[in-house]
Amino acid sequence: MVKSDFGYNSKVEGEVIVTRADAVVNWVRSHSVWPMPMGLACCAIELMAAGGSRFDISRFGMEVMRFSPRQADCMIVAGTVTYKMAEVVRRIYDQMAEPKWVVAMGACASTGGMYRSYATLQGVDNIVPVDIYISGCPPRPEALLDGMMLLQEKIRQEGGSLRRTFRGRTIETKIVS
Amino acid sequence: MDAAALTSRFPATQDLAGKDMPTFRVAGADLLAAVAWLRDTQGFDLLADLCGLELQARPARFGVVIHLLSTTNKEYVRLHVDAADDRVPSVSSLHPGANWHEREAYDMFGIVFEGHPDPRRILMWDAYPYHPLRKDFPLAGIEVPFPAADVAEVTGQKVEPAPMMGGPFVSHGGKLSEGEPSALDQSWTEEKPKA
Repeated sequence: MVKSDFGYNSKVEGEVIVTRADAVVNWVRSHSVWPMPMGLACCAIELMAAGGSRFDISRFGMEVMRFSPRQADCMIVAGTVTYKMAEVVRRIYDQMAEPKWVVAMGACASTGGMYRSYATLQGVDNIVPVDIYISGCPPRPEALLDGMMLLQEKIRQEGGSLRRTFRGRTIETKIVS
Repeated sequence: MDAAALTSRFPATQDLAGKDMPTFRVAGADLLAAVAWLRDTQGFDLLADLCGLELQARPARFGVVIHLLSTTNKEYVRLHVDAADDRVPSVSSLHPGANWHEREAYDMFGIVFEGHPDPRRILMWDAYPYHPLRKDFPLAGIEVPFPAADVAEVTGQKVEPAPMMGGPFVSHGGKLSEGEPSALDQSWTEEKPKA
């Protein structure tokens, strides 16, 4: 038997669907992830391509790119994070409202990539907790969409409270219903 | 381009017999007058490039190279200036386009441009203590505090050296062929203690 979050039986009068509050909340969240496009280098071009009609990120409810962190759920770090910019990335992350997710798009955001130098942060996970890493230099839009679908999967599996750890510290967000 | 007029007008000027374009070494004291003269009488109205150099063997440690283009005569001229005591007069007053080039040369080499209207760093953050393109600066970097103290407090992050050796793009020889592309051994810049 497949475990389902939703119970429906046509014999029950009144077209009733039974479910859990978590499942509804996660369903809503996973299908309206509003990204904050943190475009820092060439990966941002692929991010823009993913927003265009050919790849069409709006199939997943993610087409609403919010340039204000107050309105965004998911920061897509697309490009090379220099130490000078790292401060800004962290500040924008802090300004986003919980629950929030971070996608490290491409080699530079994930590890520093080919920039092993005095100027480049060796992976954005040094300053913000990252949920999804996408390989590629830059990743094709399909790879970004695959990563975003993985993120949706991750959101759907989250419990009533969002518990994440970053450098030994536990960050918890509770659903108030 | 009247080379004889330039050298007679500014006697300290030395013709370096450039192979691709007329090249002169100009004294720092003559620089502003020479650039103004080239702009106003010789038609060199566009500053194409300005960059810093580190020339350890020369009398001065640092130098500046200026490329000027004449959009009317379609010709270039190159000026070398030695930075005595790491200082060079700023040409931003004559060519406003030099502003950011001079800030970059200051940021990367520590060359001070006298009379610059806005002498801040342009690539690294303001509190950064080094000039990274100097030859005694290791490519991997030197550990310094993170630019923002409050972010460093939350994340525990520092500006850390990232040596090429041990990184993902360096081959250690072995079975790879001679023709196999690999990063050059940069350990001389990473393992030698800083002078």
